[in-house]
Amino acid sequence: MERPRVRLSASVIAAGETIEIRTLISHPMESGYRRDADGAVVPRKIITRFRCEFEGREVFTWELRPGVAANPYLQFRVRPPGSGQLAFTWTDDDGAEVSISESVTVA
Amino acid sequence: MTGTGFTRRQALLAGAAFVLGAGTGPGTARATNGWQAALSAFTDGLQPVASGITLDLPEIAENGNMVPMTIRVESPMTPDDHVAEVIVIATDNPEPEVSRFRFTPLAGRAEVVTRIRLARSQEVIAAARMADGSTRIDRRQVSVIVGGCGA
Repeated sequence: MERPRVRLSASVIAAGETIEIRTLISHPMESGYRRDADGAVVPRKIITRFRCEFEGREVFTWELRPGVAANPYLQFRVRPPGSGQLAFTWTDDDGAEVSISESVTVA
Repeated sequence: MTGTGFTRRQALLAGAAFVLGAGTGPGTARATNGWQAALSAFTDGLQPVASGITLDLPEIAENGNMVPMTIRVESPMTPDDHVAEVIVIATDNPEPEVSRFRFTPLAGRAEVVTRIRLARSQEVIAAARMADGSTRIDRRQVSVIVGGCGA
């Protein structure tokens, strides 16, 4: 999988504030409903899961289905309980994974 | 932000074919794609309340391959009182369950924005299940102008 992009609205926040996270990954999200020129079904290949963790604790999980548009875009929120690492992981139908991590500071 | 690597044409073709395939693939018969059962399983058979959740979708979607969607659920997102999970159901897609979002109190706010595929004009449903097991629901009718069949 291509390296995804992650943007944080802020990496330094006050306690109790939320950060807006925007992510984008290049992926065809081949639905499994498409047929090729010979009429054969093109096998499904989609990203099935996106997971965000803070220091190993689950923050947010997205289960994707073929009805998610190509190049999945996601915007969501995180309220870190303290300074630490946010980890973002995408998993596809083949079990391939790609991860990014970002540090946040609660001042 | 825009995609890289994989071409826009490929993305459009994949999406267009999803829409085209909707008429010929599994689950062709309308309203028999099992969405009611999926919703009922999610809410554990309870009647969800129609408040405290907002599903935003355009009334008219020019391109069914990429329809922007926003979901917000009102909640303090504390350990005792938070959104546990949200399900999105496109009632007339070949595969009606479009996404599930699971939240923890660390999210701080139950709000997501993404882009979905709609095979044709239809009603879209978002339902939330809260930490106490109660459920909420919102619905939007979307008219899809170009489902990608000409692509």
